[in-house]
Amino acid sequence: MKPKHLSLLILTLLVVAAPFFFPSGFYYRIGALIFINAIAVTGLVILIGYAGQISLGHAGFAGIGAYACALAPEHLGLPPVAAILLGAALSAALAWLVGRPILRLHGYYLGVATLGLGILISMVLSNEAQWTGGPDGIAVPDLGLRGLLRDLGWRVGAGELWYGLAGLVMILGAWLALNLFDSPTGRALRALHGSEVAARTMGIDVARHKLHAFVVSAVYASVSGSLLALMNRLITPDVAGFMHSVQMVTMAVLGGVGSVLGAIFGATILTALPQLLTVFHQYEHMVLGLVMILVMIFLPDGLLPSLMKRLRGRDGE
Amino acid sequence: MSALLEIDGLGIAFGGIKAVDDVSFAVREGEIVSVIGPNGAGKTTLFNMISGLYRPSQGKVRLKGSDITALEPHLLARRGLSRTFQNLQVFGEMTLLENVMVGHHLREKGGVLSDLLGLPASRRKTRASADSALALLARVGLEKAAYRAARTMSYGALKRLEIARALALDPKILLLDEPAAGCNAVETEEIDRLIAEIARAGVAILLVEHDMKLVMKISAHLVVLDHGRKIAEGAPTQVARDPQVIAAYLGQHGQEQVLHAEG
Repeated sequence: MKPKHLSLLILTLLVVAAPFFFPSGFYYRIGALIFINAIAVTGLVILIGYAGQISLGHAGFAGIGAYACALAPEHLGLPPVAAILLGAALSAALAWLVGRPILRLHGYYLGVATLGLGILISMVLSNEAQWTGGPDGIAVPDLGLRGLLRDLGWRVGAGELWYGLAGLVMILGAWLALNLFDSPTGRALRALHGSEVAARTMGIDVARHKLHAFVVSAVYASVSGSLLALMNRLITPDVAGFMHSVQMVTMAVLGGVGSVLGAIFGATILTALPQLLTVFHQYEHMVLGLVMILVMIFLPDGLLPSLMKRLRGRDGE
Repeated sequence: MSALLEIDGLGIAFGGIKAVDDVSFAVREGEIVSVIGPNGAGKTTLFNMISGLYRPSQGKVRLKGSDITALEPHLLARRGLSRTFQNLQVFGEMTLLENVMVGHHLREKGGVLSDLLGLPASRRKTRASADSALALLARVGLEKAAYRAARTMSYGALKRLEIARALALDPKILLLDEPAAGCNAVETEEIDRLIAEIARAGVAILLVEHDMKLVMKISAHLVVLDHGRKIAEGAPTQVARDPQVIAAYLGQHGQEQVLHAEG
């Protein structure tokens, strides 16, 4: 079996099997939250892991996706599903516009520029209170899927529904990212990550490919934000905040930013721990920082790739 | 035969210092031209200008008669100019096969969407690239290591990998920046054979190399740089006798060695 199919199989099995071990219905919500975070983190695998470009502002795109679902149904009369697509389109358009100038920057400079972008978006969401409800947040309409299923004679709890839906979207997202890895575009991204100079001399339009990675990852973040808003039925500007951006990057780096499965693993740990250990919740940001430092020092490849390397011996092939 | 690549009065200055000054020469189809000179003579700088990494402050580069001065490297690749690097520039985390497949980028690129969805067209291109990349790896003797990550390979192997990757572009002209540097005698021999073979297939080769034995053996034409200026040019035997070249680069001992190699 190809590694791609193996990864998808493992992922699907885990999503399907996990509920059998849930002690209570509450765990469906945690599961759904894990999947929603994993979607955004998969986008970062493409941007950071494949293309080697950092973003510290991707929560901004999650914010656009989330607020599209809160505002478009009310102001434009769009159904929530269309609002998800609208949010994704807006995020893609913004990423494309902003990405052109800022992706010329490297390293710290790109980090700071994306940081600024994220902060800008979250400030707009906080300050335009007449539209967004300001820092207190805004109610989000119902997706309507549960009602639809009930009409069809299938009663599902909200937790179960969101678990299934988010799980499905996450697997879909993983499938797309894994397809990309082994494709001409994926190789071009990984090449420019390895050596930008060599990639250019191989005929790769580096600026264009970075932009593509940025736009695709912005769409992932946007969809993740939309699902979060629709599940929680309430959204605050925190979704676009700096802490959320850092959280995404930490999840990706913890699990292994070069591998889709690893990044999802990172999302699982950092989403589940604060939910399960409520004591932990107060210290979440501290622990996030600590985890980041420890991973950088001891497991620079991330948890999962390092683990695999140990299992296979020194140099995995 | 008219010249494939023409370098015409090329020069560049860094902070007022002329690293390369008014250098002209030409490379014909299937010809091997070597640029030699002491360290810091401006050989790599010259390469970086020709391959579009540096923007020259004077002069022109023409490929098949059309002006390609300071074109972006990816556009030069499209016109059939390819190169290797003195200090290795391989994609370390990718396998050797993938490294060479990147050289097929211009032939395989399609839409991002089709690549995300893994459409049959995208997968077909990947398979075609893999097949021809494997053949190129075999040509440089690396096919057994095709699925190993490049960072795990030896220096000499990576030098050959860079040549295979540059050939994947199907270039008309190939710029090789010290392909034999750091290689042992056997590896140098192999690279020497490979370069001659590539030239026989009709590819023009511009070579920077310190191994004088190799240079004398395979080049049709030599260009000698010193302090950024061309001090001599011509057939290897003729250049090796040039007093200016001996003073600047070869030295008396080097000259004997060179003429000896020439046979």
